[in-house]
Order: sequence, then structure tokens, then C-alpha cells
Amino acid sequence: MLFQAVLKRILIGFATLFVVSIIIFLGTSLLPGDVAEIILGQMATPESLAALREKLGMNHPPHTRYLLWLGNLLSGDLGMSKAGSGAGTIGTEISVMIAPRLVNTLRLAGMVALISIPLAMSLGLLASMYPGSRIDRTITFTTLSIISIPDFLVAMILVMIFAVQLGWLPSIAYMSGNETGWQLIRALLMPTLTLVTIVSAQIIRMTRATILNIMSSPYIEMAILKGVPRKRIILRHSLLNTIGPIVNVIALNLAWLIGGVVIVETVFAYPGLAKLMIDGVQTRDLPLVQACAMIFCGTYVVLIMIADMASIISNPRLRHPK
Amino acid sequence: MAPLLEVDNLKIDARKDDGSLTPIVKGVSFNVKPGEVLALIGESGSGKTTIALSALGYTKPGLEFTSGEVRLHGQDVISMPSEEKRLMRGQKVAYLAQSAAATFNPAMTIGEQVTESAIIHGQLLKEDAENRAKELYRALELPEPERLGKRYPHQVSGGQLQRLMAAMALCGNPDLLVLDEPTTALDVTTQIEVLKAFKSVIKQEGSAAIYVTHDLSVVAQIADEIVVLYAGEVQEHGSAEQVVSTPNHDYTRRLMNAVRPPPAAGHGDKIEKSNNEVPVLELKNIFAGYGKIRDGTANISVLENINIKISKGQTVGVIGESGCGKSTMARVMSGLLPASKGNVLLRGENLKPDLKNRSRSELQKIQFVFQMADTALNPRQRIDQILGRPLEFYLELRGGEKRKRIAELLEMVELPQDFAGRYPDELSGGQKQRINLARALAASPEILLCDEVISALDTIVGANIIELLKQLRKNTGVSFVFISHDLSTVASFADHIVVLYAGKVVDQGTVDEVLSPPYHPYTRLLISSVPELRVGWLEESVDEIEELSLKRDQGFIN
Repeated sequence: MLFQAVLKRILIGFATLFVVSIIIFLGTSLLPGDVAEIILGQMATPESLAALREKLGMNHPPHTRYLLWLGNLLSGDLGMSKAGSGAGTIGTEISVMIAPRLVNTLRLAGMVALISIPLAMSLGLLASMYPGSRIDRTITFTTLSIISIPDFLVAMILVMIFAVQLGWLPSIAYMSGNETGWQLIRALLMPTLTLVTIVSAQIIRMTRATILNIMSSPYIEMAILKGVPRKRIILRHSLLNTIGPIVNVIALNLAWLIGGVVIVETVFAYPGLAKLMIDGVQTRDLPLVQACAMIFCGTYVVLIMIADMASIISNPRLRHPK
Repeated sequence: MAPLLEVDNLKIDARKDDGSLTPIVKGVSFNVKPGEVLALIGESGSGKTTIALSALGYTKPGLEFTSGEVRLHGQDVISMPSEEKRLMRGQKVAYLAQSAAATFNPAMTIGEQVTESAIIHGQLLKEDAENRAKELYRALELPEPERLGKRYPHQVSGGQLQRLMAAMALCGNPDLLVLDEPTTALDVTTQIEVLKAFKSVIKQEGSAAIYVTHDLSVVAQIADEIVVLYAGEVQEHGSAEQVVSTPNHDYTRRLMNAVRPPPAAGHGDKIEKSNNEVPVLELKNIFAGYGKIRDGTANISVLENINIKISKGQTVGVIGESGCGKSTMARVMSGLLPASKGNVLLRGENLKPDLKNRSRSELQKIQFVFQMADTALNPRQRIDQILGRPLEFYLELRGGEKRKRIAELLEMVELPQDFAGRYPDELSGGQKQRINLARALAASPEILLCDEVISALDTIVGANIIELLKQLRKNTGVSFVFISHDLSTVASFADHIVVLYAGKVVDQGTVDEVLSPPYHPYTRLLISSVPELRVGWLEESVDEIEELSLKRDQGFIN
């Protein structure tokens, strides 16, 4: 039963990715203008446009173009960038453009996750252990305030404090690609701090709410009436039942770290993947936009799938069928 | 003998949102001697659970001890520091909750939960605790005692879980057990097994017990002393024998009167009818279940080959244990669950299996009254909106006509007119159930499907609803399908009984036919499992019941 549930979930994941790929392809096709016009720019004549479209395979019907694109994607070929390399030329390979950006993004997301997940879960746990106490109210108030503030403002406030007032850290996180060790950490510190603040706030609140919800259930009351110490009630009786919801919120936050942090990247001039996609939109570089979108959506689907697996596996009904 | 527990002028208040206090328990005193079983009996809201929990020095969130003492071995448990309370709980006083299904942690094994208290209090080492648990499983007649501890709560049945909770409470050898309605959620046949197990294990262990319930017949089987509570005050206190046979207080007598007589022939109302009339509703060779349907069989088959006829004005009582398919049958009739095979006929005309394909007038003829009025009534709609909706939808009544009909409906269910402007939250449980009935009647149906409509109500309130249903039947000529697990109720209200077991009709006929000898063995098991309101009944009947359950388990049906 467990195996079936997991298998079913994986199949659903693939189906979702397939649907997403269609939506991305259709969505980018709806954008105005086409690549041929952009590449040729000023030199465009009807004849040269037609010739280039023929060369780029843009005269095929949409479903053929979709299948070609999907086939290339599956074989790891993200295609060629069709803009930005000067008029008349066909640009660089997208994978070459994406690779360093993806490394940057993963590096930042990894740092944030490494710090915020243990931090947030402990703080959430702490708040839920003493509901209504001063610790709980401080944590609840702070996290709610942070969630209510837009992320760029959080970034600005931190810049104000650490770069302008204290002068400890650089206000931008420009990376040349050669940084190592301390330089790298120093460059990453400001965006990491910003994102840790935002991500932790959400995870703290969710952890607290989930644990409190479980704590009001009859089996916890029973544990209290059995004389089980409070620490054991939380760690043994409630934590296992909270895994599902908490892993879900963590997965959502991680997915956001990969694809949704464009504003924070912009504030710190950090060369991440989200910013590359926005650049692609500006230059109407559709293959680049499609590739980035597929990476973002793929991350979401995979992370949510992992989260669902965690709930499936932590569910005793599925782990131990009748 | 010195009392084990002394409850001395105990007062408990509820704190409302605005900070004001409402008294819930108003100065209650009683004693429990070692080895004695004391029953706290009363309706919901009488404060019986609140009082029982005070023996553990615990109140539900929102409640506060205001004065009085609860002394265990002479020491007040209310003013005790919380660490001492924790050490006392589970070790000296153990609690058994009403719903074992909710009380067991779904993510932990049964064994860990049963032995937990004894181990953390340092009373037993892990291995000894596990052996003690196995001993208790055997004493409680649970299956596979060696392997049971490794299983998870969802892997055992409700009745077994209820007994496992007793094992959990008893594992640490407590001096006092607090049992909070431990058999209320069970079927009659299961209730007897659990009751018997509790009784023998309490005797064997020599522990004292507080037994909280609203069911006098159950109390008569297990208690030495009875305390009758009403609105947080003691009404009557005496030995079980005395309270049951010669109740002194008026309220106790009212409770006794609301207890329905044991099911027997001659109690049902008979309605004259001609036999050649076309039945209002008929089920013909119905098969139904859940999951994918293949070749007329559902993946999880629930009902098999059901044939039932319901004549005009007739009341058909459907009886069976939980999981036998009673509610599924009502869902098939109403079209909420399309049958996988067979026909539902309304006045001889075939009905579409699925509700979605039925015409509005067909829908109007069959109305459903759900068990929980709390969840069936939209809390954000006023009563006149709740009742007005079917009037508009089915009868196209508007304005003054609609208001007039709403007034009539309220009168029919014996509620004051000004209830039209209220919200469901402002009504009591019994009043909500009346509105629930009025909502179904608003459609002017020919058949009312009542699914366990009084199961969630107190004895006295439930008895009043039955009286109301009898009135409605007389005044409206509507046919009733009355589903219940309580044979006494069905016997006193229906004129035709259908006995369901494991999705099949095992017995059906008029009340007198079904409830007079020769009985079908399963019907006889159901009849003999209904506790009688007298001391000593359990001991006398237990052998017969066991023999009959054995026959059932061996499958007399096939």
C-alpha cells in the first residue's frame, strides 16, 4: 500500500510536469513579437525574416514545435539563446548561460536552508511549548511583522543596519565568479540574512500552528492525564504527527528560494537564476525564458513531491496497513 | 474504611471570553472507598465529566477550580504543584476517555502507549511493563496478546481499542480509575463485551473507579454507588440498588422514565394499510458499495441483495451494528450513493440511481435527516433561511406564503415562532434536531430518511424527539425510514423492522414478527444485548450473549 501510494504520487508528479511544459510553451508563444524580428532588428526585411524563420524551424505548426522543444529538453539540450549576441548571429547555448547562475542560486538557497530550517523549527517548537508566554508572544509578533513587510523592504532595512549604519557588510553581493572562502561568504551574507529572515518567519509560524493544533487533540490530553512529561509529549507524541504539514511549508519555501527571489537578487545585484529569467523576458529571449520557467516549475513539482512523500511515509496507516 | 477519594464542596467555573465566570459545578461532595465503583450519572452539561477529571487535578481548557478540595489519600490534588500532579496521574489515578479512537496516538504503537505511563513513572521496567500489558490483554480477552503491542491503533477494531484503553489505564496499577462514558460510542453487542471485561478486571485488580455515563441501564450493571447530577449539583446519592429500584428524587425518576423498555413485541405502533397498494419506496435487489464499480459490483462492497418495501405512512426501522451498511442504505435511497446494481422504485417508477439525474419532484419526495444537526445546519444562516430554502426550491413559495409556512413548520416541531430569527448556535442540541426535522419536512416529502437522529442526544431529549416523530407521523402521513443502532428505540417507534448484518438483510417483518419467538439468532443477540435497568442483569445474561456472539462469528448467516 505504501509502495502504491508513493508510486502513484511519482506518476502524478510526472503528469504535472508534462502539463506544466505545455502551459509554459503556450504561454511563451502568446508573448508578442518573435525571435526572428529581434535577432534581425534593424536589418529585418520580409525576405530575411522569412528565411530566418525557416532556418529556426518556426514555420512548423505549434504542436510539432512543442514536441521538438520537449524532445530537446528531455535529451538535456536547452537550445540556443536567440537574442543578445548581436544582430544577425544566433546566440550562445542556453545551458552555458544558465549553469553559473544556477550554481549561484543553489549556493544561496543552500546557505539559507541550512541556517533557517533548524533555526525556524527550534523557534517554532519553543513558541509552541509555552503558548501565551512572553517568548511565544515575542516570536509570534516578530514573525507576523516580518511576513507583513514586502521582501525588498526587509532587504533595505537590513542594508540600512548592516551596510550603512554599522558598515560591517557590503550592500551589494556582486560575484565575479572567482571568490573563495571568506570573500564568498562575505558576498553572500547580506542576501542570506534577508532570505533567512523571511523564510524562517513562515516556517516558525507554521511549525507553531501545527504543533499547537496537535497539542489540543484528545490523544495529547490523554498523554497529559497519563502523567507524561511535557518535553516527551512534544518530542514523542506530537512531533511525528507534525512532519507532514511542516515538511510541506519547508518545501514551498525552498521552491521559492530557487525561483521567486528575483526582488532580493535585484536589490543586492546578485547574479541568480531568477534575475536571468527577467533579463530573458526583457530581451524577448523566449528559449531562455522557457528553460528558466521549466527549471523553476520542475523544482516546485519535485520539492512538493518530496514533501508529499514525507507525509505519505510518516502516515502510520500507509506504513502499517491492516 | 477511610475513603480513597474525597470530593469536598467542589466548585468549578467556566471563564467566558469577556472574563466573566459561569458556574459549571456548584458545590459537589462525595466519597469513593477503595475497591468501590461510583457512577456519576447525568445529561450533557450536568458537569459529570468535569467532576470526574478533577480527581486527576485537571480541568479542560477554559475551566477553573474556584473552591473546594478533591483529596486523594487525604492530599488535595487541586492545590498540588504541577510536577506532583504529573507524578500522581497515571500512577495513582488513571483516566479512560469516551472515544478510544481519538485518544490513541495514531503514530505510536499500541504497546508503547499502554506501557508508557508505568515506565515513565518508574513503576516498571520496560520488559516488566510489556509482560504486564500482555497479561492485561489476556484478562481483557483481546486477540493475539503476544503481538498486539506491536500494532498501530488503526489496525484494531473500535471495541478492541476501547478495551486497550482499559489496559493502558490499568498497566500502572492505579488506585483509582476514572472512566468517562467508556462504552457510549460502542454497539450494544460490543458494549456488553467491554462492560464485562471492565467489570471483571476492576474486580480482579481491586481498584476503585468513578464511572461517568448518561445511561442508567449501564450504571445498574457496574456501579456500587450512584450519584445523580443535574446542572452541576447532586440530585441524589445512594447505593445502586436503592437508586435504581426506589429513586427518591424527581429528576432521577424522569431519567428512569426516559429509558425505553427492553425491546419486545407489542410496543410498536401499528398502522392499518391495505397490502395491494403500490409501495412508496422499494429497493429491489440492491447492491452498493464504495470505490470503482465493475460489472455491478463496487470495489468495496457494502450492501448485498437488499429488498425492502415501504408503504405509505409506514415506519420502517433499520437496525444493525456499526459498519453493517445502515447509513449506506439510506444513501442509496436518497441517491447520494448510486447503487452498483438493482433498482430504487418510487411509487413503482424506477428512480435514477444517482441524485444528479433525478428530477426536482423526485428529489422532493425523499428527504434526508442527518444524525448531527450541528453539522447539517449552516451556522451562518438564520432558521428562517434554513427552512425557507426548501420552500423556495421545491414549492416555489415566496414572501408572505413562505413566512406562513415557516411558522407552521416551527409549530409542527413544537418550537416558538421567534426561533425563525435565530442562528443555530443559539439553540440547544434537541432544538437543533427539531429544526433539522423541520427542514426535511419543509419539502413536503413522502419519505423521511432519519439516520440515527437521536443517537447524539441525551436520554430525555431523545425521548422527546421520538414523541415528536410519532406526532409528525400521525399528522402528516409521511413514511419514515428510521435508522438506529438502538433496538429499544426502533421497537417503540417502528411498525416494520429490517435487521441488517454485514450488508445483508438477515431478518425483516412487522415489529411483532421480528420481536417474538422464534427469533432469528442475530436478532436474539441484539435483543439480549440491550442492558436492562436492574442490578445483576449482566451476570445473568452474559452466557447467553456469549453463545450467540460465537454463533454470529461462526457465520450463521451463510
